[in-house]
Amino acid sequence: MADSALLDSTAVSGVRLRRFAGARGPRPRRALSRRNVFIYGTLVVVALYYLLPLYVMIVTSLKGMPEIRLGNIFSPPLEVTFEPWVRAWSTVCTGLNCEGLSRGFWNSVRITVPSVVLSIAIASVNGYVLALWRFKGADTFFTILVVGAFIPYQVMIYPIVIVLREVGLYGSRTGLIVVHSIFGMPILSLLFRNYFSSIPEELFKAGRVDGAGFWGIYFRIMLPMALPIFAVAIILQVTGIWNDFLFGVIYTKPDSYPMTVQLNNIVNATQGVKEYNVNMAATLLTGLVPLVVYLASGKLFVRGIAAGAVKG
Amino acid sequence: MARSIVGGVRDFFSRTARAEKVARQAADRARIREVARQEGRPSVSIRGLSLSFDGVSVLSHLDLDIREGEFLVLLGPSGCGKSTLLNCVAGLLDVSDGQVFINGWNVTWEEPKDRNIGMVFQSYALYPQMSVKRNLTFGLRNAGVPRDEIERRIARTAEILQIGALLDRKPAQLSGGQRQRVAIGRALVRDVDVFLFDEPLSNLDAKLRSELRVEIKRLHQKLANTMIYVTHDQIEAMTLADRIAVMKGGAIQQLGAPHEIYSHPVNRFVAGFIGSPGMNFLEGELEPGSPPVFCGSGGVRVSLDRYVFDKQGAVRGPCILGVRPEHVTIGAAGPERPFSHEVDIEIVEPMGADTLVWTKLGDTNFAFLVESENRLRVGERAVIGFDPGRTSLFDRATGARL
Repeated sequence: MADSALLDSTAVSGVRLRRFAGARGPRPRRALSRRNVFIYGTLVVVALYYLLPLYVMIVTSLKGMPEIRLGNIFSPPLEVTFEPWVRAWSTVCTGLNCEGLSRGFWNSVRITVPSVVLSIAIASVNGYVLALWRFKGADTFFTILVVGAFIPYQVMIYPIVIVLREVGLYGSRTGLIVVHSIFGMPILSLLFRNYFSSIPEELFKAGRVDGAGFWGIYFRIMLPMALPIFAVAIILQVTGIWNDFLFGVIYTKPDSYPMTVQLNNIVNATQGVKEYNVNMAATLLTGLVPLVVYLASGKLFVRGIAAGAVKG
Repeated sequence: MARSIVGGVRDFFSRTARAEKVARQAADRARIREVARQEGRPSVSIRGLSLSFDGVSVLSHLDLDIREGEFLVLLGPSGCGKSTLLNCVAGLLDVSDGQVFINGWNVTWEEPKDRNIGMVFQSYALYPQMSVKRNLTFGLRNAGVPRDEIERRIARTAEILQIGALLDRKPAQLSGGQRQRVAIGRALVRDVDVFLFDEPLSNLDAKLRSELRVEIKRLHQKLANTMIYVTHDQIEAMTLADRIAVMKGGAIQQLGAPHEIYSHPVNRFVAGFIGSPGMNFLEGELEPGSPPVFCGSGGVRVSLDRYVFDKQGAVRGPCILGVRPEHVTIGAAGPERPFSHEVDIEIVEPMGADTLVWTKLGDTNFAFLVESENRLRVGERAVIGFDPGRTSLFDRATGARL
């Protein structure tokens, strides 16, 4: 089209020629079409719906108590103070203990890190065996494992209490770590099995012909290829275990309560004045770890989930 | 498997134990190989091999001997069990029954690494996170081969396959042909007794395929190793093989040199599978006599005085006459080709060097090849003929050669 316009250039003006020469590619769409307004409008409303509580929390946590009593929960703080954050972290009392949330934080770290490492280490080998070293009854074993993912936790709480008591781990952090590792097994094994199944089997065969053994193939061929799924597993486990409340409150003692349980005890304290600003700060502090994990790894997370889902 | 896990853990933690074990095994193997060679035993020997998955029989009582230095091609349609057989030789599948011997050594229950085999896969199966060099040396490092020896073998392999410039690249940075070359190198570098190829050229485009085919043949001539090659491509089979084993339904239909399989197929399946364009099959009755006469539909009568029967004694009854398109010529009958018949030309397919012409002999579709200078037109009539001595005659009920 541009060429024919050039051939006719004697007949048309220069301005018209330039317009013709530029008329390539699809017609540009208007940014403010009705469709776009509708789509972005909906997205903004939904985003506000989720962001508003967060906004209220942040704003409230930065106000002093007199200002909160005025009742304008949406208004920004007149006088910004970080005192509630400091108090929530280091001096707020739960029961007789007045060390603040920091104790719960370190408890949670000491529970989460070993649980994540242990559960992923076991589940990845689990998935590797189920996908590649298929033994007799592998499918039955896998089915039982997956069914485990659908049994409600409530059913198992009391039996686990008894088991932990019998082996002498009830009330200890170690007991909770074991419980978290076991409960992560079904979903993590499924995740790893599906990922390893999606790796071409010939690679595994080549490894065997090349004389790599069970662990040689695992560590030197499969593991380097499975880094995305490890990232997904870490994210799932860190957020899941950090956010756990039920197991934490049941299987540990007040000394080793994780952060979530301690937060609950602070917020639900019935004695004294309700310190809304401290509560908000404590809640934000508790939610900070999963939040950071999500923000830092969102893209990786989506990619890994998709990668694992290719083949079942 | 439990044994392999325990053994793997031990090997993984003790490099010296591994190296000693490897050296011991290599010495044993060398001794046994030497004895086998002196006694003239086959390189690979498969005895009564059976395999079934969940009750479905894939291979049944299969016997096969492969000579030292032989290039054997397992040829067959997909699902015939040829790859399964190769995996059994490699030790990647546990057999249900029977034995596999490599150089006289019963390896039926040995791990793949202890069979001294190298394998090349259809999908290349290069380790994606390792460089070409590390891909090549992976097996050697597992076997605890000393570093200077590894360097020497890498240099030799790189020279043979001309991949010296690629050693530091990752597999993702290679073209398909280069990847397959590295995959072959991975077997080559390990100095194996037997090379196993599992459809190595199927993922390549036609031009590369024929290039690498020649290269594999050259490699075999140079190394003179025993090679077993699985393919469904009959051109690859015909060009590469010393002997071809045509497989169907988990059994070997015919084992023989390429020309033997081509000119003397033992049954109708082999006859139809080998050759492109495919063989023409004419149904008819066999009239006993001297000579016997094949009577097809539409008054086609082929006197079989030049045909050499496999079966002795009187043969009669329903049969199938197989005629290869390239054995049919145009022109009147002569002493070299006593049969001729006038036919209508129905379809003409120029293929470059040759032209494939379709017609009807009796009421059966019949194709034959003529040189491309021969300008036959649709609707014309022509006299065609062939030498009954070059045809194949099969029993219609069993499909076996008569």
